[in-house]
Amino acid sequence: MTSGAGRPAPSTGTTPRAVSVVARALPVPAGAGMARILVERNVLAFRRGWVLLLSGFVEPVFYLFSLGIGLGALLQTVTTDAGEQVPYAVFVAPALLAASAMNGAIFDSTFNVFFKLKFARLYDSVLATPLGPRDVAVGEITWALMRGTLYSTAFLLVAAAAGVVTSWWALLALPGAVLIGFAFAAVGMWATTYMRSWTDFDYVTLAIQPLFLFSATFYPLAAYPDAVRAVVAWTPLYHGVALERALMLGDVGPGLLVHVAYLVVMGLVGVLGAARRIERLLLS
Amino acid sequence: MGTVGAAAYSAGVDEALVEARGLRKEFGDFTAVDGIDVTVHRGEAFGFLGPNGAGKSSTMRMVAAVSPPSGGTLRLFGLDPATDGPSIRARLGVVPQRDTLDEELTVAENIRIYGRYFGLSRAEVRRRAAELLDFAQLSERADSRVEPLSGGMKRRLTIARSLVNNPEMLLLDEPTTGLDPQARHVLWDRLFRLKRSGVTLVLTTHYMDEAEQLCDRLVVMDHGAIVAEGSPRELIQRHATREVLELRFVEDDLSGHAAAVDGVGERVEVLPDRLLVYAADGDEAAAEVHRRGVRPLSSLVRRATLEDVFLHLTGRTLVD
Repeated sequence: MTSGAGRPAPSTGTTPRAVSVVARALPVPAGAGMARILVERNVLAFRRGWVLLLSGFVEPVFYLFSLGIGLGALLQTVTTDAGEQVPYAVFVAPALLAASAMNGAIFDSTFNVFFKLKFARLYDSVLATPLGPRDVAVGEITWALMRGTLYSTAFLLVAAAAGVVTSWWALLALPGAVLIGFAFAAVGMWATTYMRSWTDFDYVTLAIQPLFLFSATFYPLAAYPDAVRAVVAWTPLYHGVALERALMLGDVGPGLLVHVAYLVVMGLVGVLGAARRIERLLLS
Repeated sequence: MGTVGAAAYSAGVDEALVEARGLRKEFGDFTAVDGIDVTVHRGEAFGFLGPNGAGKSSTMRMVAAVSPPSGGTLRLFGLDPATDGPSIRARLGVVPQRDTLDEELTVAENIRIYGRYFGLSRAEVRRRAAELLDFAQLSERADSRVEPLSGGMKRRLTIARSLVNNPEMLLLDEPTTGLDPQARHVLWDRLFRLKRSGVTLVLTTHYMDEAEQLCDRLVVMDHGAIVAEGSPRELIQRHATREVLELRFVEDDLSGHAAAVDGVGERVEVLPDRLLVYAADGDEAAAEVHRRGVRPLSSLVRRATLEDVFLHLTGRTLVD
């Protein structure tokens, strides 16, 4: 057999020289536009571990029933930051959606990526092929988002069945959850490239737990004194919670674009940082 | 066999696939590769021989287009790895020193997904995986997980995986380190077949027998520099005699004996546990040693090897 049939021809092979020179001048690490193959690899590896999907789904649902329905029976109604009176379960469901999008993304992009980076040495073998560090970062984050989308969809269906979804705008809460996942997965993966051992993951917990508890998740922002409110308003999950709450309650306005912009920028900075670190770690 | 190698290349015999001039690699203050000149031609089996820490692996990573040179020039297939990394890597097969198999996938899936990284279609990788598993004698283990495979099997799978894109050049970093003798011979046999089918082989090793078995041409590296270059036979002719007489003694201090046998051969090397007398005729040298009244515990005549070349050039043994 001659080489012709099997010879791969990555698109970069035909990239004009001027383009590759420009690409090198930019601080964006190289990629061959093949991130989807890494996603394909993850799907293949995950086929045997599909039960794990359940864990990502049941956690927010448990929270919804325990806090929303259980605790909600005592609390009756809450006044949102938009000044609306709503049942507690209706109030807390969007925040749980946002928080679970964050948790799922962080789990995938920290523990799983750390294992592949340091122990399985997956990326060492991937980078010996035409794929570059940008493909690795984009591929892993895309995979985290695909799982996150599945979890969020399931959660929204359960929430709707439980009667805590009140507006058709809630359909947009799904892309909202994916955006939250993107922002956290990207920054999480970036942070992971700095981890030296499993004990460093305590810092992840240290960062995630207060975000989960204090981002106006379980009560309105108005519960805080002004100074604290100003601090919380700068934290990432707050923007996720505010976005999801507005969408699920139908309080939609141009102000939501601030939350969207915050999360988009956070995600892009994370992808860039992660790809550059992978380049420094593995292509030195 | 033709299905596995990158056989039909009609390019000139002297086409250089690797061309390094004054190539350097520094990590902070440490210089791993200190200005080497290397040319590898298409169809050759080329070796980097040297002890651990000689700069072989750093060189290999640069040649694999995954490590930017700190200085000098490097051309792979005539291309610059700094700008054409992906197209260079598309034409390479890489067998790293430590197996980096995907333990979450089966044996066959490892080859298939690796082919996908090279942009091959699903049908194509399926076909290639079947051929390569056959080549690597792993067909029966196709659906097994990677983890329970023996060291030799994992190594063969790594080589099979590296061939999925029909590479023109295969880079092997210490291909048989850690394998038992039988597994090494199976692996050498597979590498011979690849070479016969036209694949250019570039390998590093600190085993002189491996270098002698596999390499048409090699460089001896020490402290990041090349200290000699040539075919195994040329190097032995140039830096050693045809035969070597090994003498062992009861005493720990061999300096007295070394003085006594001085001049018997062309040269005497003193090792911690024995003397090596380099001579064209080992038996004749042994007789002369006897005539001088030197009484070794044992004496052995053998052919000179690359180990002797390395010892002569660096004053040290390869494996210690």
